[in-house]
This record gives sequence, structure tokens and C-alpha cells, in this order.
Amino acid sequence: MRRNNNVRAPESQKPLKIDIAENPEDLGAMINIEINEKKVSVPMGTTILQACRQNQVHIPTLCHHDDLCIAGVCRVCVVEVEGMKTLQAACSFPITSPIKIKTTSPRVRRARKNILDLLLSEHYGECYACVRNNNCELQALAKEYGVDHYNFGHIEKPKFRVDNSSYAVVRDMNKCILCKRCVRTCIDLQEVGVLEAINRGEATYIGTFFDKPLADVICINCGQCINRCPTGALHANDPRDEIWAAIDDPTKHVIIQTAPSPRAAIGEEFGLEPGHSLTGEMNTALRRIGFDAVFDTNFAADLTVMEEGTELLLRLHKLLVEGNTDVAIPQFTSCSPGWVKYLEHFYPDFINHLSSAKSPQQMFGAVLKTFYPKIKNIDPANIVTVAVMPCAAKKFECNRPEMTDSGFKDIDYGLTTRELAQMIKEAGIYLPELPKSEFDDPFGDASGAGLIFGATGGVMEAALRTVLELVTGEKIENIFENAEIKAVRGFEGIRYAEIPITKVGPVPDLISHLFKDFKWLEGVTLKVAVAHGTANAKKVLEDIKNGGKFSECQFIEFMACPGGCLGGGGQPIPTNAEIRRKRAEAIYKEERTLNYRKSHENPKLIRLYNEFLTDGPCGSISYKLLHTTYTKRGSFIV
Amino acid sequence: MESGKTKRSGTVIFSAYERGAAIKKALSLSRNDILFELKNSGLKGRGGAGFPTATKWMLTAAAVSDKKYLICNADEGEPGTFKDRVLLIEYPELVFDAMVVGGYTIGADEGIVYLRGEYEYLIDSLNDYLEEMRKDNLLGENILGKNGFNFDIKIFLGEGAYVCGEETALIESLEGQRGEARNRPPYPVNTGYLGKPTCVNNVETLATISHIIVKGSEWYKQFGSDKSKGTKLFSISGDCERPGVYELEWGTKISEVLELVGAKDAKAVQVGGASGICLNSSQFDRTLAYEDIPTGGSIIIFNKSRNMLKVLKNFMEFFVEESCGQCTPCRIGNVKLLEGIKMIEENKFTFKQINKLKELAETMKIASKCGLGQSSPNPFLSILENFKDEIFNHSGGGSYA
Repeated sequence: MRRNNNVRAPESQKPLKIDIAENPEDLGAMINIEINEKKVSVPMGTTILQACRQNQVHIPTLCHHDDLCIAGVCRVCVVEVEGMKTLQAACSFPITSPIKIKTTSPRVRRARKNILDLLLSEHYGECYACVRNNNCELQALAKEYGVDHYNFGHIEKPKFRVDNSSYAVVRDMNKCILCKRCVRTCIDLQEVGVLEAINRGEATYIGTFFDKPLADVICINCGQCINRCPTGALHANDPRDEIWAAIDDPTKHVIIQTAPSPRAAIGEEFGLEPGHSLTGEMNTALRRIGFDAVFDTNFAADLTVMEEGTELLLRLHKLLVEGNTDVAIPQFTSCSPGWVKYLEHFYPDFINHLSSAKSPQQMFGAVLKTFYPKIKNIDPANIVTVAVMPCAAKKFECNRPEMTDSGFKDIDYGLTTRELAQMIKEAGIYLPELPKSEFDDPFGDASGAGLIFGATGGVMEAALRTVLELVTGEKIENIFENAEIKAVRGFEGIRYAEIPITKVGPVPDLISHLFKDFKWLEGVTLKVAVAHGTANAKKVLEDIKNGGKFSECQFIEFMACPGGCLGGGGQPIPTNAEIRRKRAEAIYKEERTLNYRKSHENPKLIRLYNEFLTDGPCGSISYKLLHTTYTKRGSFIV
Repeated sequence: MESGKTKRSGTVIFSAYERGAAIKKALSLSRNDILFELKNSGLKGRGGAGFPTATKWMLTAAAVSDKKYLICNADEGEPGTFKDRVLLIEYPELVFDAMVVGGYTIGADEGIVYLRGEYEYLIDSLNDYLEEMRKDNLLGENILGKNGFNFDIKIFLGEGAYVCGEETALIESLEGQRGEARNRPPYPVNTGYLGKPTCVNNVETLATISHIIVKGSEWYKQFGSDKSKGTKLFSISGDCERPGVYELEWGTKISEVLELVGAKDAKAVQVGGASGICLNSSQFDRTLAYEDIPTGGSIIIFNKSRNMLKVLKNFMEFFVEESCGQCTPCRIGNVKLLEGIKMIEENKFTFKQINKLKELAETMKIASKCGLGQSSPNPFLSILENFKDEIFNHSGGGSYA
């Protein structure tokens, strides 16, 4: 049977659709309520939880998450509403009449404590043996309510086998409190729909299709469920032990590359407010831990821009000059492995639209086990490559069988931001206090274009900077103020921009073997789009299927995670729109300070093309090492 | 199983009725007149929650939408309740006629009967009956010549989950989702089946409406007590000589019921099914009425040979099994109450533990998401209270084997 592609949360999990009045002056737009006898005024349709938060009244929550639709199932947020016999869940109760709310009455306090005791009675495990120790919402709530013993007992034996089949996500349902955040993340936020509650009553658990291991269902490995799990029931598949072993092995040359997003978020793991970039400090920490070389994934991002941008020009040339209508346009970005797997499963007929360029992580891996050992005179068999990524899916990506073009496994381990923070702590280092240091050569320079890969719209902006400059011969700063292409920035789910090419310049040397001139692009309007979160990707893909405006785009950036990489499944917990916005600000702020803002200006990159990838972007060497193929997975596991 | 058409006697529901009469009468009235009659009758929902029916109809009628639904809740799943089955087998005209009247009143053109999974054997006869109605233009387009009034009824078979008797879980189930109660508000009268305004009425509520429409609210109000008007069907079972479905006026005493059905040595009466309360003999002069003991109509009688702790255990096992599992108090709370019963059974408990469980039961009543968890502690609390001598002093009768 065909899979129903129309997965969304059932009505029971959706918030009441009340349009909050735009103009607070409108009649009935504001409602006067009382919270703990304090009179306040809130817009119609505000939930009790929102109203309380706006008025500095704390309400405990577990199933509620700002990014997700409403569940109203954990019941720890119950409050008293005058005139109602039962307590009401603050998270799901929309205010439509002038009610009086009590948030700490004896009935409320007793109920919350009892509910917490019930949850603890079924929550297997001890806090000190848990990946979420000190960052667990259930643990925090137990502390808030002064739990010092188990009123209703405590489960002594695990009920479920831990599912660590997936390279990305480990599921330990013994710690699950059935808040269904993961279900809502998967079904509603990402519209993938791998997880659902199975059975009923006390037999309820969150499971997969036919209870298959997570590796054998159509999970895209985005890890968004991990970021929203309140407990340790979900975590990433952690390679720290193997990495420590490699570091401790003197015969191994252990290299680490760091993606743009972890540096903008890792401070959160050390108690800093979101929005502090710790690039230099992290480099120092990595060397102190014992990595033999510290490289910047942004360098590989520059490489990706060159390859992907050239590929786009080649595709357009095929269509516009050679008249080849079989060429797949729009070209889709391929940096996000969660997005790639989403497309392979849900829209397999579209995989020829994916850029054949590998993601920066994998391009770097291929270079690090070919070019790098040659110039360093190291046996590539002894090189261990680690990639610090904001991502759970990168763990899957580096294990894809096709990612061995160097003759070895191009990237040995994908490490999340959280796991790296853990390693730094294990090494006895307090990251924010460290002195700064630079990345290692021969890849020591990276452009700002590579850095902004971390934010949604960043890959598009980076590619546009290079493509437009190469094609028009005009400095990008003369087209966009400060080289910032604002139209593709921001957090709106889907963004669209049109950029007319009014003049063309001579073909630059680097790609002069591919194109005689760019006259054929004169007068063409470049139409581009950006989508983040697979739910938004789905909208764009459906539009393309139906021949809508996105089908006329030439290039579309897709990211599996809301906010792009900075909101990835490997980033510090918690996450919400505000935290993601601050991480983006940190990235864009750092970008303005860099020497190079465009990938093709990166001198170390030009050296790589001159000395190693000698037949240029999309040449035979780069096709062998830096490009890949995809699999039509459909509803099946291939 | 009931066989054929036995003639029952009763003042309202089991009184004489001619098929289609309510539809004919209703179509001659304005919607406001119908709503007035209903309001004047004081009819409350007969499923057990007792929400004023007229208010429900008015709210659905007032909701603005291009499409509305009227759903008959025939998911009769409360242990000890079987009155709706009798109505559907013997008096389908009362139920379906009122659905048509409801459609006319609230502006719905589609009626759905959500039939309990275990009642699958009724489907063919009900569909035959609906077909007859269509032939006589009691269903279909321009019903009985009323231009523009179209209404039809289809039957949907449930899968046997108790929680689907809760109206929002019923709607979820109809939509093909897990049977789990929704957050309320919004209420189904505004956002119901497929997001459209939906009125969900119990089988018996509908059957009563047909009579009220034909004979008028003043006639109906002459029956019953001061504050609870009319009559109620009671499904009476357990230790008695004449179990069955009885139509009684509101205000009837428990002792009168016991007399009627020949319950000689009753020790306990569970009113309202598993989720109801259990009375001991000192409470048999209490009355069945909204002002005293409101009920959906299940009465289970236990005589002196019954062990009340086992009775309670049976009820709690039912709730552990039937909790949908979405909210914490109901999912885990019922398990803890059952564990407490087992502790008493094995004589391994402290009163501190029992009191903690009673406090938990109170929390479940106010903090659970839907009526299931809000009412499942009722037997726990009432049996432990009303039969504490028997349960805690092993001399009270019955054994713990």
C-alpha cells in the first residue's frame, strides 16, 4: 500500500485556532483576567501558560514545547480556573472569557506533586548514569518540587531493549515519560512521521512502524526529536569512546574538522547565554584534548560552493545553450544529510535534482585522506578523521557506503556539539576561559561564505556571492550592500528571491575550460528559494510537482532542520526560536569580521585547485573525490 | 441477546410512537420552536455527563459553517449498560427520527451513528432500516417535501475501545486517528468532526427527543422530580430476579428499584457503571436524580455473597486496560490504584499508603484530561469508604482467597 504522505498531528494535538487580534484596540481583542488575584489583560486566544509567562508566573511543563503543537497530556501544568470543577492544563487552555486563575492553590500543588510522583514511578534509571544528567526537565521538576523519595514506588527493571541500531538516534524507552514531543516533532514539525504511540493504557510506548529498529524505518536522522526530548530517552549515537581511543593511540594521526554551527552554540553547554561564538577557544581546547590537527569545515564549505556553483552553471548551460531539456532544474543543495535522506525516501523521483556535490564534511574527508597525507607524508591508513557537527544525520552520512572515494572511510566519526562539549569537560577544560588560537594549515583560511552555511539561507547566500561575481565580473559588494543578501536570510519557513543578471563579464580562469563566455546568461533572472525544516521542504516539493512558482527556480537550498544547521539535532539542548535566532546572530556577526567573504577568494582553496584538483571545479579529480550519487529509497530501506 | 419486538411499557420512551412522527412535526415548526421545546423540557444528555441537550443543539446551530455533523454516540461501553442496544434493536425509529430532527435544527446534512464494535451484528438490520427510511423520504433530499432539507445517516463501526465513548475521542476515532480525547476547549460544537461544528448525542437522548417533539415539553415535564424532569432508562443487572432495561422516572429511590427487580439481599449497588459510585445498604433511600445521584443508567446489584474488594479489583482492572494512555494521571494512576487493591488483598499495606492513594484518586478526578480518568477513581473511593469494615476488618463477609 502507498504510504499516506499526509502525516500531520491529529486534531487532539493541535492548538485552538483563534486568530489573535492584530489590533488590540478592537472590541473583544483583549480579555481581562486574574492570575493569582492580580488583574491583567491578555489578547483573546492566549493560552493560560502564555499569559502566566508574560506575567512572570512560573508554570511547570513537560509535554509543552514552544516549537511544537499542543499535547496537553503530561498534566503537570494544571491550574485552577474559577467555576470549573476540574483543573485545566495551562498549556492547552485558550483564554476566551474573563477567567480567574489560581496557579498555586493546595489542589494544584497536590495534583502536580502526585503527577510528578507517578511519572517518576515509571521512569527507569538513575540520574548519574544518564546522558541528560543536569539537563533533564524531569530531574529539574523533581528538584523544583523537592522530591526526596518515591511516593508511588520506582520501577526496578528496564522494560525495553535500547534501540541503538541507528547511526544517529538512540532510543531508550525506559526513560520515556510519554510526553509525545518526539511524536509531534516527527509528525508535525518535520512531517516525517516515523514515531507514534503504540498500544494503550499502561502498555503505551512510543514505537516505529511494526516495531522495526530505527535504522530500518524511514527516519531521516535529523535528530530534532533528541533536541526536544525532556529526558534521556533519546540521544545521539555517541562515538566518544572510539575517538578517545584513537587519540590515545600514538600511531594514529587524528584530525578534527569543526562545522560553523557548533562554535556558535557550544558555549551554551558551559553555561553561557546563547549567541556567543567560541571559535578560537574551541581550537585551543581541541589541541589540548590531543587532536593532531584542527581544521575548519568552512574551508570545505568554500570548496562546496565552487563545486556546487560550477555544477549549477553547467546545468544551466546544458539547458539554455545545448537545449538539453532532460537536465534537472532547479538544482537542490545537498549539504544537509537529513534533507538528502528525506528526499530519497519521500520524493525519490527528484534525486536527480540534488547537486552531486558532497557536503562539506564529506568533501573535506576525501581531501584529508588523499591530498593532506601526500603533502604531510603520512600513511592515510593511519589518519582518523573526526567531524564536529551540529547534526545527528552527519553520523549516518559518514557511514554511507559511497563515502569512501579516498580509498578509506572518508570521515570516520561524526561528533555532535553536545558530545564535543562532553569531551572538553572530561579533559578538565572550562572552554570560555581558554586563549584563542587559529585553525591549522594547509587549510587555515576559510571565507565568511563558508561560515554562514550554519544558518538557513547561508548556503544560498554563499553560492550567490560566488556565482554572481564569477558570471558578472562585478564585485558582489557593488550589487548587495556589504555583500549581505538579505532576501535569503531570516527564519521564515520558505523564502524566495529573484536576481536579474543584467550584464555578464569574461569567464574567470578557474572555470575557463568549461565555458567560452557567459553571454547566454545575460538577461536571465536567477530565481532562488530557501526552505528549512522538512515540513517546509515538502511544501516546496509539492509546489514543484504541481508546476508552481518554485518549479521555475534554478537553485533551491533545503535544510532538514528548522533554522538550518544552527538548529541541528546535535546542538545543545534546549532549543527554541529565540535560541536559534541568537545563534544565527553570532554567526553573521563573526562573518563580518573575516578577511575573505567569498569562497572563490579563499587563497588556500585556490592553492588546492592549483596543486591537487588540477582540472578545476567539476573536473575529473573532483568528480572522483568530491561528488557522489544518491539512492531512490522510497518507502523501503535500501 | 434480545429477540424480536417485545412490547415494553414506559411513560415516555417506551410509550406509543409512530414512525416519522417527530420528523413530520419538526418540519412544521421553526428551528427556534424546536430549540424552545427542548430547552423547556430540561432534557440533559443521557450518556451520563448530563449536559443540557438544548444548549448543545443551540451552540451547534449558532456555529457558522458550510458543513455540520450530527453524531449519535452508540458506543455503549460502560460496564453494566445495555439500554442503547435495546433502543437500537427495538426502537430505531426513535433514534433515527431524532437525528433527522437534529439535522434540521442545527443545520447538518450528515448524521453518523458511531456504533460500538461489539454491536457489529446490528449493522445489517440498522442499514435495512435506514434504507426503508430513504424509501419513505424520511432520509435523503428534500425530506418529506421540505425544500432544501437534505439529511442522510451512515453507520460507523468502532473498534471496541471504551474511551471512544468520550465524544472527542469518538471524533478522533471517526477521523481514523487513535481514540484519544482532545483538549477542550475548543468543544465539538465549534470544532468537531473534520474540524466542523459537530453535535454528539447519546442514543437515549435522541430517543427521548422524538417523544418530546411529538408530545411537547409540557407533557414531558409532568414526569420526574422537581429538578430532574422526565424519565430515564436503567440497565439493571447483577444479583436480582428480573434484570433488564427499565424506564423509570427521575426521583426513584434505590430501594424502589431493588424492590422492582426482585433484589432480595442486596448489599451493594453500583450506580453509573464501573465509573460510577457504589452505595451500601444505609444509602438505599437515596434517589436517582441529577440533584442526588446522577447516572447514565447502569445499576449493578451485589448481594451478600460478593466480595467487594474483588468487585473493586475487577473495576480497576477494567480501567487499567481501557485507559487510552495519553495523560499521566489516568495512565499510571489507575495502575497505582490497582496495585493498592492488590496490597490490601495480600494484607501488605499501611493506612498511610492507602491514604496516599486516596489523595492520588482525588488528583486523578481533577487533573485527568477526559472523563475516563476523572471518573475511574469513583469506585475506588466509594467502595473503600462505604465498605471499609468489610475490606479492612476481614470479618465483613467474603474471603480473600
